[in-house]
Amino acid sequence: MKIPDIAPGGRVLAFGHYQPANVVTNDDLAKTMETNDEWILSRVGIKERRVAPDGESLEDMATIAGGKALAASGLSPEDIDLVIVATCTLETQIPNASAIVAHRLGIQAPGAFDVNAACAGFCYALGTASAAVRAGSARNVLVIGAEKLSQWIDWTDRSTAVIFADGAGAAVVAPSETPGIGPVVWGSAGDKSDAIIIKDRADYLRQEGQTVFRWATTALHPVALEACSRAGIDPSELAAFVPHQANLRIIEAIARKLGADQAVIARDIVTSGNTSAASIPLALSRMVERGEVRTGDLALVLGFGAGLTYAGQVIEIP
Amino acid sequence: MAATEQDILEGLGKIINEITGIPASEVTPEKSFVDDLDIDSLSMVEIAVAAQDEFGVEIPDDQLKNLKTVKDVLTFIQN
Repeated sequence: MKIPDIAPGGRVLAFGHYQPANVVTNDDLAKTMETNDEWILSRVGIKERRVAPDGESLEDMATIAGGKALAASGLSPEDIDLVIVATCTLETQIPNASAIVAHRLGIQAPGAFDVNAACAGFCYALGTASAAVRAGSARNVLVIGAEKLSQWIDWTDRSTAVIFADGAGAAVVAPSETPGIGPVVWGSAGDKSDAIIIKDRADYLRQEGQTVFRWATTALHPVALEACSRAGIDPSELAAFVPHQANLRIIEAIARKLGADQAVIARDIVTSGNTSAASIPLALSRMVERGEVRTGDLALVLGFGAGLTYAGQVIEIP
Repeated sequence: MAATEQDILEGLGKIINEITGIPASEVTPEKSFVDDLDIDSLSMVEIAVAAQDEFGVEIPDDQLKNLKTVKDVLTFIQN
């Protein structure tokens, strides 16, 4: 038996994203449930979010985001050997999204699997993609985070309906002579599996807000610091911190404890809502588009959510 | 020596001020967190976490919802 030589590193070549055109403001939600703009802004920090209409599927959004990342990377569909879609809101369990998306993008017979690590999914998929290109399991990997949370939301439950939203973000991962994706630090807390849950097919997403908030604001900054440490950098070297866009108060609490004083803190949640596995690549792609981060900058990504699961790593901006 | 109720009240006032900006002097035993101090459920979690660090007493989420007034928290920490 023989195996390929391990490549020194993996890196992100490009990002891409897509959001549905339909904007839902806090005032829109206040028309159908007991809530208001001030209540939502003070508790979760969201002004507006995007919700896909009935005819627009998770795979549609994933395909557009993936196609944009692929185009921006300069690679062709035939260069991609593996497609990973991170998602937890498929409409049905079979088939997976990744094979459909790969087919639509003209990627011929790649490896294709979905990752369900909820809101941490993109970071799990990115870590897996980086390992795959380094080990020679794939020449290049298309990683997509895509969610249609709106189809799993009880639109009369103000504790969830004001938070969650739809969208997709993607990254193309390639092998590299120098590391552009740091070691992934990942883990889980299955003792809190009830904290964010869809109990059965007839149910909607339910969240124990206080339990999740306490966990997120106390257990995750050590993971963020560990991801920096494993990558051999100090938080002061970060140009950006892009945590899962769960809740602005969680984002700011983790950022304070991280102490990355020079870093731009992603606050994409304000206009995009919480898009679970899509939130990190969506926020990153939009930051690159707006010029808030530059080529070679170091960004820390940190996903966390249902499971409970978490994962984070340092990446170099393409 | 165990902290007196006055010590705990002062410590709690400081914590609440840091988290919410409410003057510590307004944190008095009869005040309701929600009705009088306008503190929301997430800030209550932050206060519980900070109180745990300060006083070494864990206030779990299922207990937190029963603690409606400042006095309730003082009693919980002392017991």
